[in-house]
Amino acid sequence: MLDVHVRLAWPGFSLEVDEQLPARGVTALFGHSGSGKTTLLRCIAGLERAGQGRLSFNGEVWQDAETWVPTHRRPIGYVFQEASLFPHLSVLGNLRYGQKRSRRANPGARDTRFRLEQAVELLGIDHLLERRPAALSGGERQRVGMARALAVSPRLLLMDEPLAALDLARKQEVLPYLERLHDELEIPIIYVSHAPDEVARLADHLVVMDGGRVRRAGPLNAVLSMLDLPIRLGEDAGVVLDATVVERDERWHLLRLCCGDASLWVRDTGAALGDHVRVRILARDVSIARAHTEGSSILNSLPARVESIGDEDHPALALVRLDFGGGTLLARVTRRSAAQLELAPGDAVWIQIKAAALL
Amino acid sequence: MFLSDADLEAIALTLRLATITTLILFVVGTPIAWWLSRTRSRWKGPVGAVVALPLVLPPSVLGFYLLVTMGPNGPVGWLTQTLGIGLLPFSFWGLVIGSVFYSLPFMVQPVQNAFEAMGERPLEVAATLRASPLDRFFTVALPLAAPGFVTAGILTFAHTVGEFGVVLMIGGNIPGETRVASVQIYDYVEALEYGNAHRLAAVLLVFSFLVLLALYSWRPHPRKV
Repeated sequence: MLDVHVRLAWPGFSLEVDEQLPARGVTALFGHSGSGKTTLLRCIAGLERAGQGRLSFNGEVWQDAETWVPTHRRPIGYVFQEASLFPHLSVLGNLRYGQKRSRRANPGARDTRFRLEQAVELLGIDHLLERRPAALSGGERQRVGMARALAVSPRLLLMDEPLAALDLARKQEVLPYLERLHDELEIPIIYVSHAPDEVARLADHLVVMDGGRVRRAGPLNAVLSMLDLPIRLGEDAGVVLDATVVERDERWHLLRLCCGDASLWVRDTGAALGDHVRVRILARDVSIARAHTEGSSILNSLPARVESIGDEDHPALALVRLDFGGGTLLARVTRRSAAQLELAPGDAVWIQIKAAALL
Repeated sequence: MFLSDADLEAIALTLRLATITTLILFVVGTPIAWWLSRTRSRWKGPVGAVVALPLVLPPSVLGFYLLVTMGPNGPVGWLTQTLGIGLLPFSFWGLVIGSVFYSLPFMVQPVQNAFEAMGERPLEVAATLRASPLDRFFTVALPLAAPGFVTAGILTFAHTVGEFGVVLMIGGNIPGETRVASVQIYDYVEALEYGNAHRLAAVLLVFSFLVLLALYSWRPHPRKV
């Protein structure tokens, strides 16, 4: 567990965080720019020194009143927003830079799970090793940056918006590698992002930051399904559910997912039967009806119970939180519909899910 | 022979002086440049100004102060005499010390600019890759500032070759010891030996042009990441 207590004040900005972050899975620090998420990450890395702070990782103190462990002695890997490769070294030279030094620092360490070759394999950069960083594309550079961070055999991986500097195509190129890191690494990852879709795909645990403070924190879906998130997600409001693939309909190219007690049909993405998958359901794709409607084109029509009703940005809209047997969902409806249906907490309704994206 | 033995001796002395001065300044100037590029101290301004003084100060003023300081009644003179080294003015090593001061800004400023241009990021990256501060300096800051060092080295060397006023003040005109090429030309002119002056002047002119040509044509490989 990463125990973080940080107080930092700059002109016009202050950071005040007391938080315990899980030492497993991906924890996303999510917020707008200026919310302090990158500064918090830099404090964890020791790149920023909070005047007052207490920081410990799995019981090992990195900072308190008497202790200050400098960055180069912390067992971290850090991926910067711009890959920031050393231009005077080849790709391999970049990878070896940290690997050599971490090996020297712990000569007897058995912790060589992420040896260089594995990092190279994991990020698919085998064919780039002899190149100079200047000869790489943006996506390739970022993959090399990640491999370089892994080659030091970190016990905690810190990532500062590794996709933010990339265009959409490059992002799509790098995301699958990030998912591999999520699935295959046993080390905890702290991932700074302002992009809801990245968070939905990668995070297990979500910390929402605003104005230098942590506003909400918890397991991904518990936070995403809150009606009172301090950051309005608008079109991106929605939930992410864990599901298992249980049936394949060859004829119509569909998959049936089992999600708690409920079943969902989604487009066949090639996932295998028995796979554990994530499904993202946006609030704008969920509609509510009083009765089960026959003769609809919508595949997924499920019974649910209204839990609570909250505000949306626009006065015409409301967010409804529902329990559908497979977990908690959000639906975005107009206030008029909510009034006409006389929706109230505890009501039994039918929900129609227009789209559910397998992540 | 195109040049006389005395000319060749003066040229050899000039090159020796410029080489030693440049090497010393690489060692002395780099830490100053690093400090100036990274410090937030209130001394940054004053130190930067002192380093830049030789750019605007008449060489005779600089030479005068050095002469007084290193002379028999100056503090440095007292020290060198106590240590049994004797007095530095009118010796080759006195000239080296004068040249180091005289060419200091030509070393410090390009290197400082190179250190400032790289920013903090590469050093932060190195820190996250387990490199200690000293390690970061030698394996990241120095290689990334290499183009700045090349510029600084060329400028320092060339500037020292062109030195005259300071030499005259603290070096005098001792053949093989302090009579550098620029002083030799001055002597020829004083003696109305214009032919000799022409030859040596032409050599210095061509040399200076070639150095500057190299500096202005040379471009580091574009490295951007």
